Parts: sequence; C-alpha cells; structure tokens
Amino acid sequence: MSGPLAIQVRRLKTAYGDHVVHEDLDLDVREGEILGVIGASGTGKSVLLRAIVGLKEPSAGSVNVFGKDVLRLDEEARDALERRWGVMFQDGALFSNLTVRENVMIPMAEHTDMPRDLMKELADMKIRMAGLGPDAGNKYPSDLSGGMRKRAALARALALDPDLLFLDEPTAGLDPITAANFDALIVELQRALGLTVFLVTHDVDTLHAVCDRIAVLSDRKVIAVGTIPELRQQDHPWIQDYFGGPRGRAATAA
Amino acid sequence: MVMSATTSPEFAFETEGGRTFLKVAGDWTVATIGALDDALRALPERVEPPALDVTDLGKLDTAGAFIIDRTIRSGCKVSDPPLDMVGEHDTAERLIRQARAASAACDPEPVPSRGLVDLLERTGRGVTHLLEETYATLVFLGEALVTCFRLLLNPRKLRGTATIAIMEEAGLDAMPIVAFLSFFVGMVVAFIGATTLRTFGATIFTVELVGISVLREFGVILTAIILAGRTNSAFTAQIGAMKMRQEIDAMTTLGLNPMEVLVAPRVFAMVVMTPVLAFVATLSGVFGGLVVSWMALDINPAVFLSRIQAFVPIENFWVGMSKAPIFGLVVALIGCRQGLAVGGSVQSLGAMTTKSVVQALFTIIVIDAVFAIFYMELGI
Repeated sequence: MSGPLAIQVRRLKTAYGDHVVHEDLDLDVREGEILGVIGASGTGKSVLLRAIVGLKEPSAGSVNVFGKDVLRLDEEARDALERRWGVMFQDGALFSNLTVRENVMIPMAEHTDMPRDLMKELADMKIRMAGLGPDAGNKYPSDLSGGMRKRAALARALALDPDLLFLDEPTAGLDPITAANFDALIVELQRALGLTVFLVTHDVDTLHAVCDRIAVLSDRKVIAVGTIPELRQQDHPWIQDYFGGPRGRAATAA
Repeated sequence: MVMSATTSPEFAFETEGGRTFLKVAGDWTVATIGALDDALRALPERVEPPALDVTDLGKLDTAGAFIIDRTIRSGCKVSDPPLDMVGEHDTAERLIRQARAASAACDPEPVPSRGLVDLLERTGRGVTHLLEETYATLVFLGEALVTCFRLLLNPRKLRGTATIAIMEEAGLDAMPIVAFLSFFVGMVVAFIGATTLRTFGATIFTVELVGISVLREFGVILTAIILAGRTNSAFTAQIGAMKMRQEIDAMTTLGLNPMEVLVAPRVFAMVVMTPVLAFVATLSGVFGGLVVSWMALDINPAVFLSRIQAFVPIENFWVGMSKAPIFGLVVALIGCRQGLAVGGSVQSLGAMTTKSVVQALFTIIVIDAVFAIFYMELGI
C-alpha cells in the first residue's frame, strides 16, 4: 500500500537544552492510513507529535504536512492547514470553563462562518459520533470521567472533519472494555471519513486492532516501520521485547 | 497535494413521475454549508421524504451529510425515513448513514431565567452564601488554631524549613515594596497636612499628623493590604493548584494532614513576619513625612524627631503593632481556606483567588474598624 504522503519528516532534530530527543529522524505517513507510533517511555513520541503540529520547534530538519512545510508557513497557510487536522491531547486538554458542546463549537466558530444553531446541531452530532450520551453536551469537563473526557476531546478534534487526526495515547488510562470501544470507534470513523491517523500509543491491543503500520521510536530515531508481522522479523532487542513480552504475546493471541 | 478549488453547494427539488427528488450539487462541507443553512431551514414542510439525487454532488463530509439528512428528515412524520438515493457517489451513503446514526441532539442548553423572581432568588442565595462563608471561615479559623497550638505543644512536628521558606518569600521579599509604598504614603500625608495646616499657621503640627496616622494606622494597614494582594493570592494559587492536581488528596492518603503541612507553616510565618513588615512600613512612613517636612516646610529632621518623641505618645505605636499579627493571621487563613476550596477547573482557581483577595481586604478593614472602636473605648 502506498500513495501520496500526508506527513513527511526529514532529518528531524529536537532538543530541550542539552537533552537531544530526536536526531536525524525520518518518518512518512501515507494518506488514508492509521500509523501507530510506539516506543519506550521518554523516547519522545509526544514530542514528535508536537513537532509535527508545530508546537515544538525543531533544532534542525523539516516537517511537511500535505506537502507544506509546517515551519515556514505564513499565517493564512497555517490557518488553512490547521483546518485540515485535528489533535487530541493526552489528557483531553478540553477548555475547562466551557461545556463539552461549546468546546466542540470552538473550532467551528473560529474557522467557519456557520450560523450558531447549525454549529450546535453539528457539535451535538460530533458528540454523539464520539459515543457520548445526550446529557454530555451541557456538562463541563470537570464533571466527566476520564473516558468521557477522551471522547469529548475526540469530538473536538473531529469538529472540522479533518483529513488528518493526531491522537496522543487515546486509550491510556481507560478500562479494557472502554479502550476496545474506543479502538473500534477510531477504526469506524477512519473508514467512514477516510482519515489519516497519527496515533501515539503504549497499548499493544490498540496496535493490533487499529493500526495499518507501526513506527518504532528508539535511540532518537524511527528504527523500524512496518506491519506487526514485519516488525516481528526485526532483531532489535526492544522490538523483540515489546512484541515477545507477556503483554505483546497476549495481544497477538487475542 | 493540490487542493482542488471548492464549488459552492446548491440544491433543488424536482418532481418526476410522482417522486420528489432533492438534487444536491457542488461541495457540501463544513466550510461551505454555512451559507445554505437558512434557506434549508426555511423550506416548507413536506409529508413524504424526498429521494436524494447525488449525481452532481462534489465533496462531502459529515457536516454536509448531516445537513442533507436533516433536510430529508424535516417535516417527515416517520422518525427514520428510508434513505432513497439516486446517482453515484463514493462516500455519500456511508456518511449520511453515519450522520443519521449520530443525529439525535444533546439536551438543550439550560436557558438562564431573568426577571424579578430570579433577582430575589439571587439575592437570597447571596445572603445565605455570605452567612455560610462566614461560618466556614470561623470553622477553619478554629481548626487552624487547634492545629497550631498542638504543634506548639509538640514543636518537633512543626515544619521548620517550610516555615522559614515562607517567611522569606512572603515576608522578606515583600519588604522593599512595603517600605517603598509606605514612604510615599508618609509623604502624601505630610503634604496634605502642610497645605491644610498652613492656613492656620500651624504647619509644625504636620509632625503629629504624620506621627499619629502612620504609627497608628497607615503602617500596619498598608502592610496588610499589600500582603492581601501579594501573599494571600499566592497562597490561594499555590494550594489551589495542588488541589487541582490531587496533591492534597495524595498528602491525605500518605497520612499527612494538610492543616499541619500547608496551613500551619503559613500561619506561623505570617504571624511572625507581618509585625516585622509593619514595623518597617511604620519607620519608612515616618521617614517619608520627615523628608517632606524638611524639604517643603523647613522643619529640621532633628526637630521633627524630637517633636515626635515629645508629642506623639508611644501608645500609638503599640496600637498599630498590636494589629499586625491579627492581619497576618487573616491573610494566611483566608488564603489557605480559599486555596483548599478550589475545585477541578481552571476557572475555579481564578474565581477562588479573586474571592480570597477580596475577602482578605474586606476582613482586614472591618477588623481595623473594630480595633479603632475598641481602643477608643479604652481611651488609648
């Protein structure tokens, strides 16, 4: 499977002070695929996501999203690009002073000129699509459980029907049943909307259930990209441990 | 990837052989459908749901699918009319089904009521809230005092490092600003005194004016106000942030009492440091008066100081200083209490910090007035 690239990262270097997180990192994400990004804690999975969406300025290298260099965009082009992606942060990052419905309406109000009533209807639809009940719309993020907050964050990330969805550990901290539902939800939305998904995760079950390809982050680089069977062929000790460990085997058997 | 230009969405109703078709054309996406919403809402009601003709439909996303589905369903008696589609489109059917599955609206937003009843209700709530706050503050005061006395009886449990750190942060670091502002207030009092008293030819009384007002009131009240703005808000924000991040809960489960760990050091630090700050403020306020008297009234500093010693009773100084520890206690208690009352949201942190400063200022001024009456009755 190959096609046009949604994300192209070349020779990326990011650092916090003296601490180098990535060096000479290359990564391609094809349009319409779900790419999982795995790696041990502290290998910079979330930093990579931040670098791609332009929240963390790299020390060197380039990041292209839909063929545009994220780092060298004028305001208008940046605006256009932001409309095409949705980001779901690890803890949801919902605006705590707004209700869930208002949270979902924010990107619509910012980037489109729809009437308010229509925005409300669409926000409600996204909330339902993300699998929340009818009473969730008027609730504040602090009234929601962890799983519901993630769903609300997903609804906000989907508000503008993005072509590219960034998910940072969507199933972390969820019980296995909710996590499995969430995985199914992501796949269903991806199929229906033709999304490209960049998924950072620790969850082996999610990788099996959702991802088309997986990129492994280690030693400041992407050391391997491929499907799970392909990765199993790799000799790298971390990858062997990852898929050969008790959790990895259990997920494969499932 | 080159983005193809978007075409604006269009729709039309056509009747053919007894069937009504909703013919949609152009791109129906979140960016384009805003312009169409009013027209689609204004459509007359129909009994039969129309069939959908998607032959000329361009790009479609869930927003477009939603609005098309809404139009098909509007005015229809059946809640879930069958989707009757004509023409070829890659995603239309799937998206419209997806949109329909999620189309049930969430509960409507609660409408805020207005009017007289609402006004009365809010007034009532405000009054009970005030009473509850007063009661809760007193409860907290009692609890904090009990904790402090228990710690005094068993000083090994007192957190020395934390207390000293807070003394530095809230006391020593506040010294420049306290001294500076007090200096200027001393100057202002002297100027006002000088201009007013000049009409009576009694400019020398400026010394008594500055002495009594600064020693008795301004030194300590300025200190208290600065602490309310600076330290009290910091206490609320620190403790509130800890509360939001569940650090307070963690403390409790580890067997640490937040009263002992967080509140008591702040209370001790403030009760000790406020008199020190008030003393500095008093000195620099008098100094401000002295400078103005010297510059503008030609009252020699030596004369100024000997006159203060002779004509301003020392009781004024003790009246002022006696209030300082109380104000320190007020700042620490209200700051900590509002911090512990912070809920889960960022907004509540902001609200509690504001509330904390307002309450502290209010309490300080009320207590000051009570002191004034008290000392007046005592004849000091």
